[in-house]
Amino acid sequence: MKKTNIKARYLINFAALVLLFSAAVVMGVMGGSTMKLKITPSIWQCSYLIIMAASLNLVLGFLGQLSLGHCGFMAVGAYAAALISLAFQRTGFYTEKAGAAFLLVLLISIVAAGLTAALLGLLVGIPALRLKGDYLAIITLGFGMIIVNVINNLPFCGQQGLSQGSASSALYATGLGFSNDEKMSYLWVAVLMIILCMTCMFMFVRSKYGRAIRAIRDNEIAASASGINVSYYKVLTFTISAFFAGITGALYACCNAALATSSFSFTNGSILNSVFIVVMVVVGGMGSLTGSVIAAVVLFLLNYTIKNGAWVSALPAFLQNVFTYPMLVYSLALIVVIMFRPKGIMGSREFSLCDIPRWPGRIKAFFKARTAGKAAQKEAKSHV
Amino acid sequence: MITFIQFLITGLRLGSVYALIALGYTMVYGIIKLINFAHGDFIMVGGYALFFTIPVMMSLGIPGWLAVVPAIIICACVGMLVELLAYRPVRKTGNNLTCLITAIAMSFVLENLAQAIPSIGPDPKVPYTLFSKTYSIGGVAVSQATIITVLVSAVIMVALYLFTQKARIGCAMRCVSEDKEAATLMGINVNHTIIITFGIGAGLAAVAALMYIAQYPKVYTTMGATLGIYAFVAAVLGGIGSLPGAMLGGMLIGIVQSGANTYISSSMSDTFVYLILIVVLMLRPAGILGKNVGEKV
Repeated sequence: MKKTNIKARYLINFAALVLLFSAAVVMGVMGGSTMKLKITPSIWQCSYLIIMAASLNLVLGFLGQLSLGHCGFMAVGAYAAALISLAFQRTGFYTEKAGAAFLLVLLISIVAAGLTAALLGLLVGIPALRLKGDYLAIITLGFGMIIVNVINNLPFCGQQGLSQGSASSALYATGLGFSNDEKMSYLWVAVLMIILCMTCMFMFVRSKYGRAIRAIRDNEIAASASGINVSYYKVLTFTISAFFAGITGALYACCNAALATSSFSFTNGSILNSVFIVVMVVVGGMGSLTGSVIAAVVLFLLNYTIKNGAWVSALPAFLQNVFTYPMLVYSLALIVVIMFRPKGIMGSREFSLCDIPRWPGRIKAFFKARTAGKAAQKEAKSHV
Repeated sequence: MITFIQFLITGLRLGSVYALIALGYTMVYGIIKLINFAHGDFIMVGGYALFFTIPVMMSLGIPGWLAVVPAIIICACVGMLVELLAYRPVRKTGNNLTCLITAIAMSFVLENLAQAIPSIGPDPKVPYTLFSKTYSIGGVAVSQATIITVLVSAVIMVALYLFTQKARIGCAMRCVSEDKEAATLMGINVNHTIIITFGIGAGLAAVAALMYIAQYPKVYTTMGATLGIYAFVAAVLGGIGSLPGAMLGGMLIGIVQSGANTYISSSMSDTFVYLILIVVLMLRPAGILGKNVGEKV
């Protein structure tokens, strides 16, 4: 089989991304009621779930450290973005959610959200990453709880929230919170953020830094013996991961009319919490960014159909009850995935458009190996 | 002064409940090096078992607190089932991380399964109130529940310590937690020992549930989640894997929490609990009474 040229691969993937982006722009301009009420909000939700899962994958899949407080960084990003946008609005920098001034504010708040979260990630990471394994999981859980608890108790962004009155009305009326129409016209922002963040993460993972952190994951002692500064790389990865989590926070603030700290806690009934992000990474495959994307989209769609699908009400009463609490379905799915395919859907492979022509051969090889394995088993049995 | 004593008493009572739960965490961690996130939900199972059995007991003319016996049995069965159906298969194929994630998933399964069962349902239920008498000693109000909670947890703690030191199964547990291969060579059935550990840990959770609902008469499906996390923090604080450590950690967390509630702000008490956890983990990564085991290359 001829090996595809690496430049051609980059070109094909780049062209695909441009196509995706222009499709989003066209979709945003064309409109339509299904588009407005269903597809666009879904894409916005997917945008932060995808980036969130991929950013946790940097820590969990590539660095091999379990962080249970990842949503804390998202909360910081969300509140930072919301407060900054409100501050600009108070000074009269923009009055309506359109035009160049608002776009600038949007950009500033997204970047600022990322940077605030990254700073916090650095502060948390330096002490926390001295521990590893179970203890790291606990301490990140603790930090996540503290972040959410402190935000809750800050007078200017707590439950009473975002200065005077409830957080919801302030954010929706004047801050970042988009209405369905604005979600349509700014759809390209969501898609652009997915593409940019994913590209940055790919570049990070493929660089010498990425190789170093994978070496740390595989064997920390061997990595440090070959001259890799283990704690530096750990903190670096943690900070970068927190940066992207902060960006997802800004996206979350954009597509929600209200901010409540309960959406960023360790567990809650909804699809967004620190544990669920872990589920996404594991199902997608630890160490596969495209796997995270696939898992985020699949789990989002599953959640969406369970919540809105007509087929649920056609089920018998007990099953209907089960589907009212979709976390049960997800967690069972997670246990099954871990039992039968501990590596997740993608393992540590990446999906690439250029690999599609090779799929028939791969599938054939897979079945060949399986039948060969079964034949060998049979033979072994017949010898006994 | 009275406020101080009152807060100390509240702290001790809370701490005793945490300690009972933390014992279960610590025993399981000691033996299979797994943070059993589902442990908190065993309390929920115990809570509901009590909710359903106390009225039955009362109608039979037996004292209500004896309902703890069926609750312990139910909890122990659930604990053993979780180990058999989820943890054991994963332990065979996976590594530490996949086991931990399975534990988290298992906790969700229990919580949401309970919510899906119609007679348990999503709404909180109010169980029959036990030990409701209150004594006043020199201006300090002490409820009967407080005294019983502290006494029972102290007795269980001592009994459990003696059990692990003297009884055959207890010795087997210590042996398995030290070295699984060597234990197998000595003729100890490792899987058998692990499952007994799960049973005992879950049974303790049922006792904790009794103590908890005596104080806060409400059972709901997510009651184990927060309670479990506090107890777990207590276990880590005291040194996970050590029984006296769990007791110490539980008391410490209880007192810190009630102190923060009394003197600072009830909504900030979480922050102080986790802050203490972080400080202790920074200074003594193995916990206050934990053994620091060096890494072998």
